[in-house]
Amino acid sequence: MTEQLRDTAAAGGDVRLTGISKTYGASTAVHPLDLTVPQGSFFALLGASGCGKTTTLRMIAGLEEPSSGTVLIGGQDVTALPPYRRPVNTVFQSYALFPHLDIFENVAFGLRRRGKKDVRKQVEEMLELVELGAMARRKPHQLSGGQQQRVAVARALINHPQVLLLDEPLGALDLKLRRQMQLELKRIQTEVGITFVHVTHDQEEAMTMADTIAVMNGGRIEQLGAPADLYENPATTFVANFLGQSNLIPAEVTGRSGDELQLSASGVRLALPKARCATEATRVHLGVRPEKITIAHACTEVAEGRNRVAGTVVDSSFIGVSTQYVVRAETGQELAVFEQNMDRDVRIAAGAPVVLHWNPAHSFGMDATQAIDAGTGEEAA
Amino acid sequence: MTRLIGWVRRNLVVLAGIIALAYLVLPNLVVLAFSFNKPAGKFNYEWQQFSTDAWTDPCGVADMCGSLTLSLKIAALATLGATVLGTMVAFALARYRFSGRAATTALIFLPMAMPEVVMAASLGTLFLNMRIPFGFTTILIAHIMFCLSFVVTAVKARVMSMDPRLEQAAQDLYATPVQTFLRITLPLAAPGIAAGALLSFALSFDDFIITQFNSGPTTVTFPMFVWGASQRGIPVQVNVIGTAMFLAAVVLTVVGQTIGNRRKARA
Repeated sequence: MTEQLRDTAAAGGDVRLTGISKTYGASTAVHPLDLTVPQGSFFALLGASGCGKTTTLRMIAGLEEPSSGTVLIGGQDVTALPPYRRPVNTVFQSYALFPHLDIFENVAFGLRRRGKKDVRKQVEEMLELVELGAMARRKPHQLSGGQQQRVAVARALINHPQVLLLDEPLGALDLKLRRQMQLELKRIQTEVGITFVHVTHDQEEAMTMADTIAVMNGGRIEQLGAPADLYENPATTFVANFLGQSNLIPAEVTGRSGDELQLSASGVRLALPKARCATEATRVHLGVRPEKITIAHACTEVAEGRNRVAGTVVDSSFIGVSTQYVVRAETGQELAVFEQNMDRDVRIAAGAPVVLHWNPAHSFGMDATQAIDAGTGEEAA
Repeated sequence: MTRLIGWVRRNLVVLAGIIALAYLVLPNLVVLAFSFNKPAGKFNYEWQQFSTDAWTDPCGVADMCGSLTLSLKIAALATLGATVLGTMVAFALARYRFSGRAATTALIFLPMAMPEVVMAASLGTLFLNMRIPFGFTTILIAHIMFCLSFVVTAVKARVMSMDPRLEQAAQDLYATPVQTFLRITLPLAAPGIAAGALLSFALSFDDFIITQFNSGPTTVTFPMFVWGASQRGIPVQVNVIGTAMFLAAVVLTVVGQTIGNRRKARA
C-alpha cells in the first residue's frame, strides 16, 4: 500500500497557484496570490478564521471557482476541471463521512466511482493502516471523533491522490487527541510521501506538522517559510504576534555602526542587527520573543553589548516548567518574559524593580507603520 | 385516598397515553366489529348477529370494488406525480436563489391553508372554462395539486437539514453530479420523500370534497361511493374495506419500525 502510494506521489504532486483570487460580490476573500507547494512537502496555510485559507484550499480542490488565476497540479492546468476530475482528495472539517454508508463503503467510495472492481483487499489494508479494521461494518455515528477523523483520512488516501488537502481536520478533537493525531498525520505523510496541504488556525499545530507555513491574513499571504524561520524572523507584526508571542517596542533609528542599527526607544538605547531588520524606515518596531529575555534584580550587572531595559514586575505566574512575568518597562510597554525554572525559588515578586536584558541578535525589526497589535486577537478589527 | 392520588401522579403519563390510544383506536374497533354484523335492514348501525358473509364476499356490492380500484389507481398515480414533481420543487426551493422563489414558497402553502371546498369549486370552474371533460384526468390533476404541497414541505425540511459538504465530499471522491445525486443526495433525502409520498397516498385516497367537484358521471371514487351508499344504507362490505385498510396501515407501520430498529441495533 505504502509502496503504491509512493509511486503516485513520484508522478508529480506539486501545486502551483498563479494570480489566484476569489471575490464574492464586493468582498474579496482571497487577493491575487502566487504560491508553489513543492512535491512531497507538508504545507500549512495558517491564519485566523476568515483570512481566506479555506477558500484557497477549496480552489485547489475545485469546490470553489477562482475569480482569476490558474491552478496547476503536477504541471497540469486543472483550473477548469470539476472536483471529481482532479487528482486531489480532501479531508473535510468535521469529516463529512456519508452517514448512510458503513465505514467500509465510505472508504471504498472513491475506488468504486472510478470503476475499480475488487476493492476489498485495498479497503481492508487501508483500514488496517489507520487501525480501524474491526470497525468496517459500523456506521460513522457509532465511532468516536478520533476514529471518524481516521476514516476521513483513509477515505481520501486510498485513492492515491497527488495532493491531499486537509481542512482543519483536527478542529473537532480535544486537545490530547489532537496532539496524538498531529503526530499520526505527520507519520502517515512521511510514510506515503504525498504532498499535504493543511489548513489550520492553530499555530502550534502548523509548527508541529508542517515543513513550510504560509501565514495568511485578510486574503493575503503575510509570510512564507519554515516554522523556525517564521518564528525567528517574522516580517510583519501580524506574523510576530500570531505565531507565538512577541514583545514589540516602538523605536527610532538614530544611527548605524557596522552591521548594527542604533535605536532609541523613549530614550533607551537598543541595538538591532541590520540583517534582522525587515525595513529601511527610521521608525520601527523592535521585537523580541519573551523566552529570549533574561530577567534579573535591578542591581545586577549586565554584560557589555546586551540590550538592557529597566522595569518593574507587574505580575508573575508560575506555570511549572517556567515562570511568566509581565514587566512594565521604562520604554512604556508591558513586556512578557518567560523564565525557565532551572533553580528553585528564584521567583521575583510583583512590584520588584528589575532589569531585562537580551542578546541584540535575538531582536528583529519591522516597519512601524503597521498596527503593533495585529494578530494578537485583541486588535481593533 | 392519598395513595390513589400518589398512584395517579406517578402514572399520569401512562394514563394519558392509554386514553389517547383508546380515543384513536375505538372507532376503528367499532368498524371492525360491525364488519362481522348481519344487519336486519339496509342500515348497519345496530348489532344483530355475527356473520362472516361480508368478509367472504367483499365485492358482493355492486360498483364498490370498481370504485375502490379507481381510488387506488388515482392515489398511486397522484402519489407518483406529486412525489416526483414535489421533490424537484423542494430541491429548487432549498438549494437555489431565483426570482419568484418567495412567491413559489407562498403558493405551495396555499392548498394546505385554503378551505378545501373553495379550492374544489375554483378548480371545477377552471376545468369547465378550459373545456376539459370531467373525469379521471381532472381528478388526477386536482389530487396532484394538493398533494404537491405536502411533498414539498416534507422534502424541503429534509433537504435544508442536509450537510452540503457531504455532496462536496462525494464530488471530491470522483462522483459525477449524477452519481452524487443517486448515491448521496437521494438516499439522504429518502426519509423526507417517503414521508411526503405516504401522506400523498393517504390524502388522495381519502379525498372527497375536491373529487366530488371535479369528477365525471362515470368516475366514482371509493369515498364518493361510500357517500352515495350512506344515503341508501351502507353495506357491511364498506366496513370490511375500512378494516382492511386500517390493518394494512398498522402492519406497514410495525414492519417499518421493526426494520428501522433492527438496522439501528445492527449498526
